[in-house]
Amino acid sequence: MSVSLDPPLATVRQSAVTARTVFTAGLVVVLALVPVYALATGETFGVALFTRTVILAIGAVSLNLIMGYGGMVSFGHAAYLGIGGYAVGILAKEGIGSGFVQWPAAVAASALYALVVGALSLRTRGVYFIMITLAFAQMIYYVAIGLDRYGGDDGLTIYKRSDFAGLIDLNNKIVFYYLCFAILLASIFVIARQVNSRFGLALRGTRSNERRMRAIGFPTFRYKLVAFVISGALCGLAGALLANHTSFISPAIMHWTRSGDLIVMVVLGGLGSLFGPVIGAVIFLLLQEGLSRVTEYPDLILGPILLLVAIYVHGGIGGLLEGRRRG
Amino acid sequence: MLYFLEQCLNGIQLGMLLFLLAAGLTLVFGIMDLVNLAHGSLYMLGAYFAATFATLTGSFTLALILAVAASLIAGMVLEVIAIRPLYGRDHLDQVLGTFGLILLFNELVRLVWGPEGRTLSLPPQMLTAVQILPGVHYPIYRLMIILATLAVAGFLYALVMRTRLGMLVRAGASNREMVGALGINIKLLYTLVFGLGAALAGFAGVMQAPILTVQIGMGENILILAFVVIIIGGIGSIRGAFVAAIIVGLIDTIGRSFLPDVLHLVLSNNAAQTLGPSLSSMSIYMLMAAILVFRPEGLFPAASR
Amino acid sequence: MADALLQTERLTRRFGGVTAADAVALTVAPKEVHAIIGPNGAGKTTLIGLLSGEIVPQEGSIRFDDTEIADLPVHRRSQLGLARSFQITSLFRDFTVLDNVALAVQAHRGHSFRFWRDARHEQALRAPALSALERVGLHDRAATRVDRLSHGEQRQLEIAMALASGPRLLLLDEPMAGMGPDESARMVHLLRTLKGSVTILLIEHDMEAVFALADRLSVLVYGRIIASGAPEAIRSDPAVRQAYLGEKDGGARGRQDG
Repeated sequence: MSVSLDPPLATVRQSAVTARTVFTAGLVVVLALVPVYALATGETFGVALFTRTVILAIGAVSLNLIMGYGGMVSFGHAAYLGIGGYAVGILAKEGIGSGFVQWPAAVAASALYALVVGALSLRTRGVYFIMITLAFAQMIYYVAIGLDRYGGDDGLTIYKRSDFAGLIDLNNKIVFYYLCFAILLASIFVIARQVNSRFGLALRGTRSNERRMRAIGFPTFRYKLVAFVISGALCGLAGALLANHTSFISPAIMHWTRSGDLIVMVVLGGLGSLFGPVIGAVIFLLLQEGLSRVTEYPDLILGPILLLVAIYVHGGIGGLLEGRRRG
Repeated sequence: MLYFLEQCLNGIQLGMLLFLLAAGLTLVFGIMDLVNLAHGSLYMLGAYFAATFATLTGSFTLALILAVAASLIAGMVLEVIAIRPLYGRDHLDQVLGTFGLILLFNELVRLVWGPEGRTLSLPPQMLTAVQILPGVHYPIYRLMIILATLAVAGFLYALVMRTRLGMLVRAGASNREMVGALGINIKLLYTLVFGLGAALAGFAGVMQAPILTVQIGMGENILILAFVVIIIGGIGSIRGAFVAAIIVGLIDTIGRSFLPDVLHLVLSNNAAQTLGPSLSSMSIYMLMAAILVFRPEGLFPAASR
Repeated sequence: MADALLQTERLTRRFGGVTAADAVALTVAPKEVHAIIGPNGAGKTTLIGLLSGEIVPQEGSIRFDDTEIADLPVHRRSQLGLARSFQITSLFRDFTVLDNVALAVQAHRGHSFRFWRDARHEQALRAPALSALERVGLHDRAATRVDRLSHGEQRQLEIAMALASGPRLLLLDEPMAGMGPDESARMVHLLRTLKGSVTILLIEHDMEAVFALADRLSVLVYGRIIASGAPEAIRSDPAVRQAYLGEKDGGARGRQDG
């Protein structure tokens, strides 16, 4: 009896057409057309909102790598948004305006911090891990507040966007939006390759049953650490984008509730799915935006919504679209 | 030298507050296996309740009692309505859910009390400094915080170690099904434990209100410190929380007071000026990192379940 | 024994006041099937933990083919050729059967810092996985998700995963756990086919299986090995009968005559 050597995958489905795939495809199209709509109607506010959404989606995608696929709940990911942003801001203030220096610096600094935090935190798991990542993020938050030279609590204005020597003009909002969008899609593509690679399988196996992974011979610590570093680095890139977008960076971006936002985005969109974080980011930010237009106290509604999602929805909203399955 | 002693006492006082919070957190986590991020919100509520009651009654003591009672009730109500569905769930779901509660509480407080924050004033005699050692003066109120918390710690110890309720609590921590099978009303037990945690948090909130702050979001900052205490002390261990809280309180306070001067000795003026405040706020996280390297299970890990 | 594959000496582990492993001295010869039996609470779980690396001994040594492994972490021991199966099934439930075994193969085929190529199509991983599945009789379930398998099939998968890494020593923790008579018979048959090609250290309660498979037995009581030797010798050892078999039969005399 012959058996096909590539059996259907238990997760990461890419070819089945479900309500979820249609929704996702539609979302991608909508996102791609945001600037077109803006140009046509002359309404540019949407571009700013969606640029922010796309950038934070990159952050959520990075978090999903370790949370959704690796089972590591990091409550400190906003730290990398901050480190990436401050790398751009500090270099800009010190007279280095080239994006070719700023952005790699943002990624490198974030990767380095992730390496240190990961090396210390990954010795623990579960609740401990959540608390520790939270604590380390808080630490860097206070470090930023203490940096008087770079604005401290008030933050640092970035007068010029990253300069790419004429290759691309980040001052053009439309161009910038498409750059962020391209980076988002590229990140998802890279992660899509990763999750089915040896590394990805090792990571997902660790999420599924770490004890078993060790028993069959995997040194799980190093794979988790590498995933953690990749995740931090990508989030640092998002931070660099964010600093450019707002022309400003302050410790507030690293406040732990911002880390909570990222977690919410990942969970809302469905853990361990490629586009889930994008769905989650869009829903979360639109919800925030919409609620703040409707009421002066948006969290009165958002808070309970999160609680209800936590209680009733397994697998996030993405799971809803796919029919409930325990993520 | 005197300044150093004073800072030590301040450190101990901060440690006491942290202990109150950490004890509540660790109780709830140890017994109900629940991560409650909204614990800081109960701390905040305690402070706000006290501010209002003080205005209404004109008495700090009365405000304290009423606020703690209100915190207890608020905690129990919260437990029944919002926390119960989270028992037994993935910790991530609990994190998400209680994070939603944080947002809700911060907004509720803003709705009811406004965005400005409040003050809670003390009768002036409580702020006078008292001589506790030759040449060493320390404000009465701050001393009271230390003593009051010690009393609470003693009470907690007696409660958990010597009473039937405490026995149930400890038994519940090690074997929930068994306790349930014995016919004890687990639901009620959990509500009481959660309420106790809320009361502890509220008490801490009230006690610190006159000297620190009453404002939106105050819960989150101290909550993370409480987490650090738990990590250093060991999850599930009240004794560990006590020791760790004192250590953390001391290091944070002394670090902030003295580290900038130490840095000035070692680094250039400019560097010390730039890095000083940042580094001193990092001291407890450095300690936490060290614990993680050398003793990841904490100083007094509770007996394994 | 001069050329033992696995040898422990004075292996000791205490938990609070309880000595779960008390100077355990165990010797496993190459290619033999060595069974460890003992009443409940004897310390079998602790022993497995010590041998696999999940528990650190306080005293004693463990030599695996002349290498001291007592201070090696779990994954390193697996890399050296010591594979284990779990008493309470521990698999990757959201993956397919083939994925499970392929992961076990992957762990022993170089490092996993490959980020691009699809490992699900890697022949070097899939082929050995399939042959391990064939060996245990699960190859027609290769594409099934683990959480859809029957209990017996999951136990078979446990064995397949242990085999997939080409181990020198199989540490089997109650492979028959929770199985009915048919499934047990199948498992015994499977283990018989493995006999002689790989060394097996078997922890089991099922006496029929033990006596059908084992070349040698060791009896663990209160953390101590009280007897070790050929099955028949163990069967008639008075200390063993008293401590273990005797309790079940309610009288040594009757057994011997019957």
